[in-house]
Amino acid sequence: MAGPVILALAELTDGQPTRLSLELATLASDLAVAAGGTAVAAGIGPRAGNAAPTLARHVERVISVEAATEADAPAAIVIASLLAALLEQQTADIVLLPASPDGKDVAGMLAARLDLPILVNAASVAWADGRPVVEMSAFGGRLVTRSTFTGATGIVVVRPGATAARERGSEGSVEVVDLEAAPDPRVTVVERVVSAGAAVSIDDAPVVVAGGRGVAGPEGFAVIEDLADAFGGAVAGTRAVVDAGWLPYAQQVGQTGKIIKPALYVAVGISGAIQHKVGMQTSGTIVAINRDADAPIADFADLLIVGDLFEVAPRLAAAVRARRG
Amino acid sequence: MDILVLVKAVPIVGNERLGADERVDRTVGLEANGNDEYVLEAALKLTEAHGGEVTLLTMGPTAAQEALRKGLAMGAARAVHVIDDGIAGSDARATATVLAAAIGRQRYDLVLAGADTSDGQGGTLASAIATSLDLPYLSYAGRIELTDDGRGVRVQRLSPTGYDVLEAALPALVMGTQVLGEPRYPSLRGIMAARSKETTTLSLADLGIAPDRVGAGAATTRVLDATPPPARAGATVLRTDPESAVAATIDFLAARGLV
Repeated sequence: MAGPVILALAELTDGQPTRLSLELATLASDLAVAAGGTAVAAGIGPRAGNAAPTLARHVERVISVEAATEADAPAAIVIASLLAALLEQQTADIVLLPASPDGKDVAGMLAARLDLPILVNAASVAWADGRPVVEMSAFGGRLVTRSTFTGATGIVVVRPGATAARERGSEGSVEVVDLEAAPDPRVTVVERVVSAGAAVSIDDAPVVVAGGRGVAGPEGFAVIEDLADAFGGAVAGTRAVVDAGWLPYAQQVGQTGKIIKPALYVAVGISGAIQHKVGMQTSGTIVAINRDADAPIADFADLLIVGDLFEVAPRLAAAVRARRG
Repeated sequence: MDILVLVKAVPIVGNERLGADERVDRTVGLEANGNDEYVLEAALKLTEAHGGEVTLLTMGPTAAQEALRKGLAMGAARAVHVIDDGIAGSDARATATVLAAAIGRQRYDLVLAGADTSDGQGGTLASAIATSLDLPYLSYAGRIELTDDGRGVRVQRLSPTGYDVLEAALPALVMGTQVLGEPRYPSLRGIMAARSKETTTLSLADLGIAPDRVGAGAATTRVLDATPPPARAGATVLRTDPESAVAATIDFLAARGLV
């Protein structure tokens, strides 16, 4: 008997899968191996044909569905309608969805539409006793829970960094499926506004340099931007910094902002309050620059440089540039 | 313009703990979820500008009243509290079922919900509820206003590169973010007025939901175990002059393959 089918949704931007989508495709492959089943990635979006070969390097089977998610319906509504239609003809036992804004919207819509159980906020997913075992960080990181479904099917919403995207060394199959989207006609996108100089997304960046109150003003943020640039990383900030208008909300890390897991998180002038900690504590390596050696961040950083950020950060940027060449 | 605001009473951030039954302890120290206060503020501003009233809706144990009290003091007209011992241990699916049933019994033009919660961080409940109630769904709102004819809602939905402007006819469900703006503090007058405001309680029986559809017994997900995460090794602390601190930092990062 064939094992379970693990299907990962791949979100596409600029005709390519997002990094998180490639992580999900890899995760589906790993789970399928552990479960003795099949992994499928469904690439749904504009220029799906262009994205399919990239996906096929990460998973044995790709279903490619062309969809105009940049037209006058919100992307999540289009994707949810197509994914629901796809799941009528393609059986899937476990559906992996990305914990992106659209992915979370799709997850709720699909769970309600197909009456499926849902586990959210997965920091990692393993396979044991015939079921996915989903690890989540709870209570501001003071607890790690492992959960599963009581039945054989369900949706898992997976956060960035649950696994590293990995090519399989062979090319998977690609199947183009034509589906008609039936998005809710009552919701329309009347305008798409792109802010000037939109920053590198903090969700996908391997290195994130974040500033807090300690940078003391919008001018101070130039130091953070320069350090992020030296690392080739993205700029983030605390809620205080966003509330002050020094950074847009999309770059806020923490309880009411984003939860991210870069390989390296550099916290500059950030005390490390619980509301910020919950957004970044699972980062691979945490380096802090702070004047106060007793700031809460000292308790969960890997390296703490005690000093004036305006003295340390520019020198660090120069040293990183020298090193990276 | 009547607005229903979904409020979740969450453990005060930093004080969360598990009860004896391995579930989140919701008996003490609850507060309104942060994102819910932002959408409540937006709801109050909308009714101040266009008339109508704000009703709070929560589902939770007795201690959830704390969150309702604050919302009433901020200016909501009344509250609805879904409370039933049979609800404890409900999974996301049952939670959506109960809330959708409770919403279905209210009068509203607009339902508002916060982007996600500090104790669950799922961010999938609002779209599930909108789907099961077949309401137009607009999410990640940074701004909520009525359309010019007053019969629809216009939302700035935050996108990675800026925002999209979405419109939908009322009634609709909007999920909002912190960008909506700081919630007001309850005034002394508001706190006094809240005491005489009505809170209606609803049980599962009131909602026509069979007890075997919700609660721990009907849960489709279960927690296998909960353990403290492995502790980080503790920070290496550099207290030298900036030059040597930076040199040591580069060595540290190089050893981990990060530069």
